[in-house]
Amino acid sequence: MAQAKSGPKSAPEINVPIDYRTIDRVTGPLLFVREVANAAYGEIVEIQLPTGERRQGQVLDSRKGLAIVQVFGPTMGMNVTETSVKFLGRVARLPVSDELLGRVFNGLGEPRDGGPKIVSDQEFEIVGNAMNPYSREEPSEFIQTGLSCIDVMNTLVRGQKLPIFSAAGLPHNQVAAQIVRQAKLRDSSESFAVVFAAMGITSEEANYFLREFEATGALERTVVFLNLSSDPSMERVITPRMALTAAEYLAYERDLHVLVLMTDMTSYCEALREIASAREEVPGRRGYPGYLYTDLATLYERAGKIKGRKGSITQFPILTMPADDVTHPIPDLTGYITEGQMFVSRELQRRGVYPAIDPLPSLSRLMNQGIGKGRTREDHRGVADQLFASYAIGKDQRALSAIVGEESLSDVDRAYLKFADRFEREFLNQRPDEDRTIDESLRIGWLLLSDLPESELKRIKPEFIQQYYKPTTADAPA
Amino acid sequence: MAGVVARVSGPVVLAEGLEGAKMFDVVRVGELGLVGEIIRLIGSVATVQVYEDTTGIRPGDPVENTGQALSVELGPGLLKSIYDGVQRPLDVLQANLGDFISRGFVAPALDEKKVWEFDATAKVGSEVSGGAILGTVQETPLIVHKVMVPPGLAGTLSDLKSGSYTVRDRIGSVAVSGRKTPLGLSHKWIVRVPRPVKSKLAPSLPLITGQRVIDTFFPVAKGGTACIPGPFGSGKTVCQQQLAKWSDADVVVYVGCGERGNEMTEVLATFPKLLDPKSGRPLMDRTILIANTSNMPVAAREASVYTGITLAEYYRDMGYDVALMADSTSRWAEAMREISGRLEEMPGEEGYPAYLGRRVAEFYERAGRVVTLSPEDRNGSVTIVGAVSPAGGDTSEPVSQNTLRVARVFWALDASLASRRHFPSINWLQSYSLYAGDLEGYFRTKVAADWVALRQKALELLQKESELQEIVQLVGVDALPEREKAILDVARMIREDYLQQSAYDDIDTYTSINKQYRMLRAILTFGDQEQQAIQRGGTVAQISKLPVRTRLARMKSIPEKDATAAFDALDGESAQALAQIATGGT
Repeated sequence: MAQAKSGPKSAPEINVPIDYRTIDRVTGPLLFVREVANAAYGEIVEIQLPTGERRQGQVLDSRKGLAIVQVFGPTMGMNVTETSVKFLGRVARLPVSDELLGRVFNGLGEPRDGGPKIVSDQEFEIVGNAMNPYSREEPSEFIQTGLSCIDVMNTLVRGQKLPIFSAAGLPHNQVAAQIVRQAKLRDSSESFAVVFAAMGITSEEANYFLREFEATGALERTVVFLNLSSDPSMERVITPRMALTAAEYLAYERDLHVLVLMTDMTSYCEALREIASAREEVPGRRGYPGYLYTDLATLYERAGKIKGRKGSITQFPILTMPADDVTHPIPDLTGYITEGQMFVSRELQRRGVYPAIDPLPSLSRLMNQGIGKGRTREDHRGVADQLFASYAIGKDQRALSAIVGEESLSDVDRAYLKFADRFEREFLNQRPDEDRTIDESLRIGWLLLSDLPESELKRIKPEFIQQYYKPTTADAPA
Repeated sequence: MAGVVARVSGPVVLAEGLEGAKMFDVVRVGELGLVGEIIRLIGSVATVQVYEDTTGIRPGDPVENTGQALSVELGPGLLKSIYDGVQRPLDVLQANLGDFISRGFVAPALDEKKVWEFDATAKVGSEVSGGAILGTVQETPLIVHKVMVPPGLAGTLSDLKSGSYTVRDRIGSVAVSGRKTPLGLSHKWIVRVPRPVKSKLAPSLPLITGQRVIDTFFPVAKGGTACIPGPFGSGKTVCQQQLAKWSDADVVVYVGCGERGNEMTEVLATFPKLLDPKSGRPLMDRTILIANTSNMPVAAREASVYTGITLAEYYRDMGYDVALMADSTSRWAEAMREISGRLEEMPGEEGYPAYLGRRVAEFYERAGRVVTLSPEDRNGSVTIVGAVSPAGGDTSEPVSQNTLRVARVFWALDASLASRRHFPSINWLQSYSLYAGDLEGYFRTKVAADWVALRQKALELLQKESELQEIVQLVGVDALPEREKAILDVARMIREDYLQQSAYDDIDTYTSINKQYRMLRAILTFGDQEQQAIQRGGTVAQISKLPVRTRLARMKSIPEKDATAAFDALDGESAQALAQIATGGT
């Protein structure tokens, strides 16, 4: 980080790399190198194979006479006698410049698109220092995504980190692409720069995103770091850090508003687990290392805004929950770090609802800062709360009517039942190319609420009910 | 006594050659001088947990022992401060380091240049001992800082003068068997050692929080312990912040332990703007914030909880009621687990160290209403409210279970309530308060004689409701007799019109204990009269259409100052409306 340079002291560097041919052991992705005097923790190494091929690695544990090196890439072809290891005396860095935009890199930040290497006198360390909480600016600028289920129910703001919790077979990629395509500030045509970090996704998925970016002209303001499922899994540990370093450069040095899309976080965590088990570390839950929380936090917490700087970083990590299980360590720990989550629901998808984001378990923790008078509309909070509560009741009534039959529900309960159905069909459901304004989304919300009796609208202030509530007399129960 | 680094693996560093090193001594590691703490000694090898990122540290780097255990500096200037986990002021870090925290920087915890007006009250020549008040400093408009003799020091006060001092100046001295020990406005205290007290008192006063479900149903005593376990998104943080804002403690210490950066920013942005409901002064005048966000080093996260409780104890010793909010103790436990894993210790349950339960119990034991250590009798209290973040909301995990063993109030947050936006999402059937009995006397005498009976009745109605709900699930609501439908009706009113409380509504965010009483009485009286009306032949369907129901639902928004008149009118109105049901021709 450039910021690190401005500190009072910087890490000492040794610039005489020595070749070590003292590999003792190769297990999984790890090399054990003997007779190393003083490898620094986190130092980058270059490994030369008997064939002359070079690979990179990083020091994970260093003591007198032994360094444990994690290899970025396969260990195939390495042996203990002829393979040499060179300690480079520096930690991992990314050269940064405006040239990053429009380029495609591999998981280690090397060009993948056939273009030249980025040459710049500015190089950022990819393990960023923690942002001082005191320097952060409270995120409060409403981002209109054009999706009612996000804009009204779980509003997104600039500088937020809002993951998409999804699972196999659900349309999370489509949703993410639509958000990237449509996201804008209200009354502004200024578009976001996009940093896309792909970890362990298939080439089909990667091509889908690249085509989407290309078709919408977003590619020239996009930086792509691509690690496909066929690429070495160890690179995945570096990929999101490369991406976030690029994002920090664009946001804080070049004043751009950056959307960072990271997919699939599950593959990233699995790569961490692979290293941990190779090191024979004491496992935490489900074999994931005990420091998974800290590690994820060092990624997610790099979203935000800084007082006095123009740019911002908004993060959309995507993770697929194994067996739709939200208590799995990855979604669980993610939920404790990020400012909310968007749940893609299998139930809604089966009902034919797109984008299938279920508002009830979804949450945006920074919503309140971004909505209300002057930001969206004065009645937004109340409308959102009322829609939440009414949809929850409606779903309860749906479950109940499945047992006791719709006839034994009261009039009010039946109104809720009808509300829940219309809410899914008319409010949550929209076309993948439909870009609704916030006013349009709120209008639909009021339209549906007007089917409920006024006495049920306890979450909305009376003056807003007076202004917006237009019961359709034919439908409204007495 | 300089040693060298022998091994480095993440936040754990092994150092050799530190002669005379003691457990928990603070050391400085590497050329950068990263701050760490000795947590294990084997022969001449010391294991150090480092409070900063160790990237770039290599074997052979110097390690220097300061010979002192991790301490905080206690003195005027603590209030309004925002610290990291090891008491470095974040604003000073920003001024010196910029927007990102780089490593190896040491900053004084208290402003060394600020001049305080010290008003000496102790008499020169008198015998003083630890906890004795030497004089006062007006720290903020809300809090008078009492400068005390540090615990452990006793002797004759040989000189002391009022005047203008900084925290580095000498304000006087104590002669201990002929030798003079200088006194200052501040002193240091080791964070892992509880500050001594004379004795602990039984809980008898409630910490009034203005949150209806807490004050009415599950109150916490001043000096008590409470825990809030709940899955993410269930409103833990908002609950904690509401307590920090509205509880009637004199001083609030808020520890954001492994918190989200943006949420901490929200606290930093909103607290200075909030006004204390009693004095009208900014809440920050009585608040200390400790922010160690999740991406800041893990060892400092482990320390942050101890830093917070030590600051709280210091203000307790002055005679104040202090509330400590720790959000979240699970992150603290995970920091312990992470470091324990790096030490390759034999793990206990779910990878947590075997001493997890002991550490949790030791921490909560530092709460209490006490007679402070001082020549004259002075009472103060520390109330601990700890948030727990159990994985997937399942409280059978070790951190929740160890916390429940020691904390006496359990506010069970419920994800299903949160997802239907019932906030605060404290489940009324699972939560408990073991202080309810201790505090009955207070509520009977200070609020209303029938308070205890009303509370009991409301809880019974809610319990009854959950039983009836099971029947409704099977046979539908129409199969119930009107009498039981009325129970469902009044229980729904308790849930929606009483327990639900909006933290974001200007009026609803805080409800005084008297207004709470009137609200609850209004609902329960309505319930009683509803039953009478039904006995006369009325139906719940009729009653739920009464216009007064909307008025009852909007009780929350009655301003405090109009409360008495408004509730008198409302009570009359609902009695009248119900009296007309099923009388005469209807």
